[in-house]
Amino acid sequence: MQDIGAGAPWRPSRRFALKLAGVVALALFLAWLGHNVAENMAQRGMHFSFDFLHDPFGVDISFHILPWQLGQSHGYALLVALVNTLFTAAIAILLASALGLLLGLMRLSGNPLASGASYAGIECVRNVPLLTQIIFLYIGALQLLPPARASIVLGPDIYLNVRGLFVPVPEWGWSWAVWPVAALSVLALLRAQWRQRVPAALLAAALATLFFAFAASWNRPVLRGFGFSGGWLLTPELLAVWIGVSVYVSAFIAEIVRSTIGGVAKGQREAAASLGLKWHQEMFLVILPQALRAMIPPLTNQYLNVVKATTLGAAVAFPEVVQVFARSIMNQTGRSVEIMLMILTIYVGLNLILASLMNAWNRRLEIPGR
Amino acid sequence: MRSKWITKARISGVLLALCATGFAATSAQAQGALPAPGPTAAAIKQRGQLNCGIDTGIPGFAYQDGARKWQGLDVDYCRAIAAALLGDVEKVRFVPTTTPTRFTLLQSGDIDVLIRDSTHTFSRNASLSLQPTAVNFYAGQSFMVRKSLNVAKAAEMNGATICTLAGSSLELNIGDFARANNIKIATLTFDKSEEAAKAAEAGRCDGYSDDTGSLAAVRSTMQKVDDWMILPDNLSKEPLGPYVRSGDDRWRDIVYWVDAALKTAEEYEITRDNIESFRTSTKPAIRRFLGLDAGLAKMIGLDDEWVVRVIKAVGNYGELYDMHFGAKGLQLPRGQNNLYSHGGLHYPLPFR
Amino acid sequence: MKTMRLSFKALFGSWFNSLVTAVMLALLAWIVPQLWSWALSGATWIAQSKTGCAAGGACWAFVGAKLKLFLYGNYPAEQEWRVHLALAVVVASLAGCVLDERRKGRWLLMLMASVPVGAVLLAGGILGLVPVRTSEWGGLMLNLVLAFVAVLVSIPAGIALAFARLSKSRTISWAATVFIEFWRAVPLLAVLFMGVVMLPLFLPKGVSVDNLMRAMIVLVLFTSAYMAEVFRGALQDIPTGQTEAAAALGLRKPQVALLILLPQAMRIAVPGIVNIMVDLFKDTSLVSIVGLFDLTGVAAQSVKDPAWLGLSTEAYVFAAMLFFVWCLLMSLSGQLMERRLNSRFSGR
Repeated sequence: MQDIGAGAPWRPSRRFALKLAGVVALALFLAWLGHNVAENMAQRGMHFSFDFLHDPFGVDISFHILPWQLGQSHGYALLVALVNTLFTAAIAILLASALGLLLGLMRLSGNPLASGASYAGIECVRNVPLLTQIIFLYIGALQLLPPARASIVLGPDIYLNVRGLFVPVPEWGWSWAVWPVAALSVLALLRAQWRQRVPAALLAAALATLFFAFAASWNRPVLRGFGFSGGWLLTPELLAVWIGVSVYVSAFIAEIVRSTIGGVAKGQREAAASLGLKWHQEMFLVILPQALRAMIPPLTNQYLNVVKATTLGAAVAFPEVVQVFARSIMNQTGRSVEIMLMILTIYVGLNLILASLMNAWNRRLEIPGR
Repeated sequence: MRSKWITKARISGVLLALCATGFAATSAQAQGALPAPGPTAAAIKQRGQLNCGIDTGIPGFAYQDGARKWQGLDVDYCRAIAAALLGDVEKVRFVPTTTPTRFTLLQSGDIDVLIRDSTHTFSRNASLSLQPTAVNFYAGQSFMVRKSLNVAKAAEMNGATICTLAGSSLELNIGDFARANNIKIATLTFDKSEEAAKAAEAGRCDGYSDDTGSLAAVRSTMQKVDDWMILPDNLSKEPLGPYVRSGDDRWRDIVYWVDAALKTAEEYEITRDNIESFRTSTKPAIRRFLGLDAGLAKMIGLDDEWVVRVIKAVGNYGELYDMHFGAKGLQLPRGQNNLYSHGGLHYPLPFR
Repeated sequence: MKTMRLSFKALFGSWFNSLVTAVMLALLAWIVPQLWSWALSGATWIAQSKTGCAAGGACWAFVGAKLKLFLYGNYPAEQEWRVHLALAVVVASLAGCVLDERRKGRWLLMLMASVPVGAVLLAGGILGLVPVRTSEWGGLMLNLVLAFVAVLVSIPAGIALAFARLSKSRTISWAATVFIEFWRAVPLLAVLFMGVVMLPLFLPKGVSVDNLMRAMIVLVLFTSAYMAEVFRGALQDIPTGQTEAAAALGLRKPQVALLILLPQAMRIAVPGIVNIMVDLFKDTSLVSIVGLFDLTGVAAQSVKDPAWLGLSTEAYVFAAMLFFVWCLLMSLSGQLMERRLNSRFSGR
């Protein structure tokens, strides 16, 4: 024991030296990479500049939520594409969760036909590349859908044809009218305690209904000439990415649902049953709320996968970040280094934001003291 | 929990900082001169094989047949160069290249020549340090539309949706055309032409846009070929042809004159089958061209028999066009791709 | 009789159950006949070109004509035995690892050795083997090569990263965390694109890396980050008592890591590794975008032949089926391995 004390004075210094060496090595490595990049760029006559973001972008963007016109700047085109990515990912996350829950419950249900179909579906979806599935879904759906004149009417002023899904929008426009309602409802849902959540959801739904019912006027899609005009068009590309990504990720979510529900103590189920609760009451009031806690960490990974998977929209002409930025703009400007750096920064940023949101939710659900 | 949150925040800070370092590091530019490229032809001879960059698959220009053998106009150009330089059409390694990788592969020396339906432009010549050689196919971007649309020219397509390919000049040309004519054309840009064509066929788009050669190929893949027509407008000039690296003029000359030889042979009506009969020709121009009177070939480092070998191996330009685009291929009229003497644009410089 | 009554009850036990059953039956009745008539009864199996195929059904003759392209890409036909041999070596050593408990170490060594052995076999150039350039590798073979090499190389890299992330030294731990989180945050499509466009810029002057290698480097970096997380989870699952006991026995830190923690972590990590392998195998389909002729790439390319123009549905269905079969094989063998490991350890 004595000699440890004797060795003590130089130990921290050795550790410090090691640490310093590590940091210096890492810094040198990064500097070496940077030097190579600078040298290679100079050799190829490339120079580093973000001026191209102000130059006009002369290519049409087929689906956009923000207003878009030919000739607006590259920087703004990136923003339009980013909003497309966010919108697609957000809806796909909701769809994937709902479908995953459904498939997971089907798998657990006593009905052999339902659980068998769910099992077969999950295995098929999980074992084929998502890229193949999205292309397939897109081309297949296009071949089944009718031309504009023979549109399928899905509801009042809602039409589906090969050009996409046409839905009416309130005349005030989506941009500012819907977001406050949506934000309020989400906030209400998040702030409410577990027990108050159902009333809060009902309130949000009622608000939304009120809003839509009394919106001053509607911009409805109308058949004019060869196609529809007016309303809001959800393009087949968007639908293919939505459905493709959601179905793919839902197969993984279904497995999470199945395993976490299986992880809820059997006593809970028996206790619920002995109280005379019906199957759905037992599931939605007793089992799922408990399983949710275990679900969130693996769910976070799947949600992050959704965000990353939307990049495959490039294969079916959906204008998301990679398609617009790494394809069109990179081709027009040749600024590969700047563009790749920006894309990587965007995805790292999105990832961090989504992960911290999910962590915040996880903390809310944690049982204090455990 | 709190410390975990702080760690997360710090990590995100570090990540962002790293990205920023990347920006900063690359901003610092170093000045470097272009390396002197070695004599490409000598390297090929030593290797005994020509590395030829071609398309990954496009009917007419480059595709694989049932026996996995490469076929097409560009592919036969590769073979012709191999025949001229190495004396053997089989001594070619075909390197399929995609739109984003093609020029990088040429710059890095992975391929000796890029013959991949690539347009010759100012900026590619100047900023990518690539040297355009000859034009082996005159194309222009156009539209293929359904006949039932009742459109006679492109300017009537206000409000139409067009399927095309991403990461090329196609999408930009459509945008420019629409703005110039004050009409609106929506574009869908796909990664691969199969998906774009399928989408057009299903009615998602009113038409499909590509360069004329490819357009004829895509039209031939449609289920009902006769429902589709190619509009007469040319949105752009797309002179397609081989590229080499800048700085090796001798190698550029070889590629250039192989093209000229193919076209000159057609001009003199020398074909694969009848070339032997020209050996006894008394016309000075033909004797010079075929190397019967020694002299010319040495000047670019080839032997006197090279033209005969090339024509015997692949035929003349007209034969190649017929096989890949014309009567035996995609049924595309020769139009601009005829010789100048037949109203086309191909005008081979004289061999003397 | 009893089982029939039971299954009847399971199918039609309550009104809700009956509804579910009815919906399922309707779906099956809608899908199965259409699929049957397209893929089997209406399909053409033998034809010389597209014109020989009947309309309305699948043209499987096309797949037959292009089979070699789908499986080997442009790998020279007379050299295909090398692909088979390499596959046999890999499958044999994998099977050895799973089935032969006693000589597991030897099999593992062989598995690790199969990477260089396979590389020599496929690339050739020495030992009298004809060199085959990587641009000629393609089809299913390329997907398998990419996935297998990336997984095998990323296992040691992942272990190192996991230990680094768990390290007490904050510098090391942070460096590892930043690396891991970066690769987990970015979409593979974007980084593959970056690999092809930007990797040459990161290399010193005059060094060039071939296209397959670029994709491979990106896949290895990408996979190591995911692998690291699997191993980190596994290492954290090991009770701390193990480390303490080992330390009490006087083992040094590296010894504890190598002899005590790693073997246990390996066992816990098996399902995670198999998952990564299946995901990676599917993700290799993205390399077609950077100009490699993987299965998806040759599927697109096969329909450019004028004799078989426009049969992309058949090409993609066949490619999807190949992916499906291999993924299923991988996950099934993974499950087998997991079960054997569990039964062995729980039996003690």
